[in-house]
Parts: sequence; C-alpha cells; structure tokens
Amino acid sequence: MSLAIAESPVSRSIALDVEAVSHRYELDGKELQVLDGVSLSIAPGEFVALLGPSGCGKSTLLRLAAGLETPTAGSVREDGRPITAPDPDRILVFQDATLFPWRTVRANVATGLEARGLLRAQAHRIDEVLRLVKLEGFAEFFPHQLSGGMAQRAALARALVNDPKLLLLDEPFGKLDSLTRLRMQNELLDLWKSAGFTALLVTHDVEEALLLADRVIVLSDRPASIVAEVRVDQPHPRRRDDATLVALRRSLLEKLGISHDV
Amino acid sequence: MSAAVEETFGGAGRQPFALTAAGIWRNGLLAAGTWFLAAALTYGLPDVIVWGATDAFAAVMLAGAGVFLTLSVTVHRLGGLGRTLVHYGPWFVVLGLWLAAWEVLTAKLGWLPKPFFSPPQGLLHVYVTDWERLLICVAYTGRLWGLGFFSGILVGFAAGVALGWSKRFAYWGMPLLKLIGPVPASAWIPCTFFIFPTTFHASIFLVALASGIPVAILTAAGVGQVNRSFYDVARTLGADNRFLVLKVAIPASLPNVFVGLFMGLYYSFAVLVVAEMLGAKFGLGWYLQFNTAYSAYANVYAALIVMALICAGLVRLLFLVRDRLLGWQKGIL
Repeated sequence: MSLAIAESPVSRSIALDVEAVSHRYELDGKELQVLDGVSLSIAPGEFVALLGPSGCGKSTLLRLAAGLETPTAGSVREDGRPITAPDPDRILVFQDATLFPWRTVRANVATGLEARGLLRAQAHRIDEVLRLVKLEGFAEFFPHQLSGGMAQRAALARALVNDPKLLLLDEPFGKLDSLTRLRMQNELLDLWKSAGFTALLVTHDVEEALLLADRVIVLSDRPASIVAEVRVDQPHPRRRDDATLVALRRSLLEKLGISHDV
Repeated sequence: MSAAVEETFGGAGRQPFALTAAGIWRNGLLAAGTWFLAAALTYGLPDVIVWGATDAFAAVMLAGAGVFLTLSVTVHRLGGLGRTLVHYGPWFVVLGLWLAAWEVLTAKLGWLPKPFFSPPQGLLHVYVTDWERLLICVAYTGRLWGLGFFSGILVGFAAGVALGWSKRFAYWGMPLLKLIGPVPASAWIPCTFFIFPTTFHASIFLVALASGIPVAILTAAGVGQVNRSFYDVARTLGADNRFLVLKVAIPASLPNVFVGLFMGLYYSFAVLVVAEMLGAKFGLGWYLQFNTAYSAYANVYAALIVMALICAGLVRLLFLVRDRLLGWQKGIL
C-alpha cells in the first residue's frame, strides 16, 4: 500500500555481508560450535532463504545479523559497516509471535515507535500497517484473543511499522496450519514487493524457500557451513507444481541428505 | 425436607436464582426463620450470667429476620445487589443457625464460660458502649498501616525490580533478603528503638518490613522469570534499558508482584499487634493487648472482628485493582 512513500526501493533496503563467520556458544562448560566459516552476500532488496536441518545454527546467523550477538570470529556488515548492536533498521520476526501479552495489538505494533520516541509523530502509521496485514479490526484485542495466524501478522506489523531495511524471519510460519501458512507466504511476498526491504528467511521447508526466495542457501548440520546455493529465477507468483521448481526441490532435498523418493 | 436441605446447602452454584415460580426467595425465607429462632432463644430463655445487651441482640436478630422476610419476596427486583444476596443466601441461613447455637452455648447454658467466651450480646455490648474508642483505634491503626504498608511495598517493589534486573544487585542483595526475610518482627524491636527517633516511626518500619519483604522477593522472582525473547524483540525494535525495565520487565512481572502484595497485606495485619506494642496510645493492636491484659475478651473478639472485616475489605479492593491491571491475563490463567 502506501509504505513506499516517495522513496526508491533501493534506499529502503540494505546489503548484508557475512564474512567468514564462526560462532561458538558455551553450554554447561562445553563449547558448542554452531557456525563454521559462513560467508554470504545479500544484495539490497534481495529475498534469500536459508535452508537447513533443525538446530543447525540458522537462527544464530539471524541473531548475528540482528545485532543481538556478535560473532566469535569473522564479521557481519550492513552496507559495509559492521553490525554491533540491534537497530530498528534490522528487525527479527520469531517463530513464536512473541507479542507482549500485556499490550493490545495496537500497543504491540506501536512498541518500536514508542521506544524511539516517534509515537506522536508517526502514530498514523500504526493504522496503515494494521490495514496492510488485515488486522484493522483487531487493534484493541489482546494477544491471547488472536489465532496463530493473526498473532504472526501482528508480529509482522510490529516489525513493518519501523520501515525495516532488512527483515530477518526465523521460521515465521513454522507453527501455523498449512492453509494459513500458504496465505501468509503470499502476504509476505506482497509486503516484500511493495516495501522493498531485504529479506532473509530461515526455514526448513524446502517448498516455502522455493516459492518465496530469489536465492536458496543450503546449510549443513551443526556446525553449519554453506553446502549449496541455488538461484530461483521463476517470476512470482510461482506455482508449486512448476516443473523447474519441482526439479529444484528434488535437488535441494538431495543436498539436505534426503533421497529423491520422498 | 432433604430436597430443601440440598437446595439450601448445595444449590448456590447450580441455581444462581433460587427463586420459586411464585417469585419467593426460599433461602431468604429460611434465613428469616433461623434469625427469628436466634431472636426467640435470646429473648425467651434466661441468661445464666448477666451480659450487657441481651435485649438489644434479640432486637437486632428480629430486625434481621424481618429484613430477610421482606427480601424473600422483593429480592428479584433489586438487580445486581439482589443477585449477590441470592448467591449468599445459604450463608445467611447458616449465620442465623450459628448465632443461635453460639447464644445457647454461652449465655443460656454457660458451657462456654466467662471470661474466655462471650455470647453475641457481649460483643454487641462492646460495640454499643465502646464504639468511640474503637473508631479512634481504627483511625490510628489506619494511619500506621497506611504509612507502613505503602512505604513498604514501594521500597519492596523497587528493590525487587533491582534484584531481578541487575546481577550485581542480586549478588549482594539476595542473600541479605533471605536472611532478613524469616526474622520475626518482634526481634527487630531493640534495633528499631535505637535507630528511629520515635516509637511511631519504629512501628511504621515494622509494618513496612512485613509488607515489603514478600513484595521484594516475588517481584525479583517475577523480573527474573521474564521470557528472554521479550527483551530480544524489544531490543531489535530500538528499546533502551530504561524501556526494557519499565515497559517489558515490570509489566511482565506484575502477576508475581500481586502475589507479593497479597502476602504483604496479610503479613502487615499480622504484625500490627507487635507494632502497636511500641508505646502506642491507640490502635486496634493496642486495643487487643490492653483488653487481653484485663481479660476483657469480649472486647478482644469485638476488635478482632473489626480487624478481620477491614482486612477482608482491603483484600477485596486489591483484587479489584489486580483485575483492572491484569485484564490481559484472562485466557492465559
């Protein structure tokens, strides 16, 4: 809708560079290596999907890009500048909607503006964004009154109201039923096209990656490293029974170590 | 008969409107009966010992019976109040029976003897003759309790947030809190005499301590238990530490804070007697001690009932505040 106000899409997105990033956690005194020499470059406005087995460290990569953690080795940069702290330009959407249960949908969406002292100046944007995610009738509802899909839409709205230049999505539709998931995938695609942000989606759903992304990056089991990279040139809207996508799906599944009989 | 008993004692939940087709509130009628019974026993049977207000108590019970008799046909016209009355119908019936039994066991048979027990008219006599002093005591206690409770929960809440939020604060504060927590209030008296300029300040401190400690402990626990992802979300949205504490940690821990407030409320009442030992001239706690010393147990019971009613009223008030602030929890609990 009116999100792209008079600005060109390029200035509203950023390039993300991950260079030779390794990351370790300390867990019960034991070192746990989750990322091993991961390098990738994402162009402004690109939609990239990270595909990998669960627990392989995909989410860690998102946390690094969000600035919630800094890598043990290597660097993560936005438009060439190192990422050291969280910033509302780069927003993370979690698998659980993690809406604040004590805030109404409207107050949840307003969180980012409120935290940065922009609430007074940009309050009108809350209604715009709520309309965008089709929650305009639910502004005064509390999170416990929402369905899973609505909650995830509210979480998206809470991210989008800040005009993020990079949207980091951590299996955002992982817990939704399959019909809601299909609908939300299309909605996300529309939002991405109209708002023009760079998107990095973590998923373990091969179809979801192929339907949405310009590029699919396959990660290995922990410690994660990049094992394959597939470019998807099919124009949107994509059909899941498209012959090229079916072939890509088979080759991706093989790269994930699953035989082609599946 | 058994059907009627079942309806009286087991029916409140299942039949919120225990009204018969004719619009008669059966429990109201039964309550009128039991209250009239109490009045008749009080007036009709001779007292074994002379107590103050026997006739007055009989009159009160008779008036009560009259009220219930009237209500039994008009209660359904009273709307919300009527519904509440109907809900408590079985209680009114039992209350009448209980007062009758109390009356018989004390004043009429003398099985529960003077001075340890008092019939209802003994308490009524206290209210009738000593109401001025009781009222002054309520005011004094109210001042002490108000100052102590509110300063206590304020400090307790602030300390709890700090303890739950800051690791360094918790490192030094938590062991101290755990040591101080179980110390009985009376053990503080020697120190308080030395530290505080007046005994009134010392009393306030004791009440504040009793109400503040549970609030501090539960607030700290609540802040410590906040889901880490809430902080992550808020930080990516541009929140600074101030925002994280005020807009994430505190609202997320409010359910725990209220548990602490309820505990603090009860403890603060329990400690009033001790606090008013410190040279108080008036106050319900003082009144209890003074009359215990003179074996005026009727006065003690009368004051206890006043205290219990005030405490119950404050608990109810706190519930209202909680429901207002924690409306978002509905459906989660």
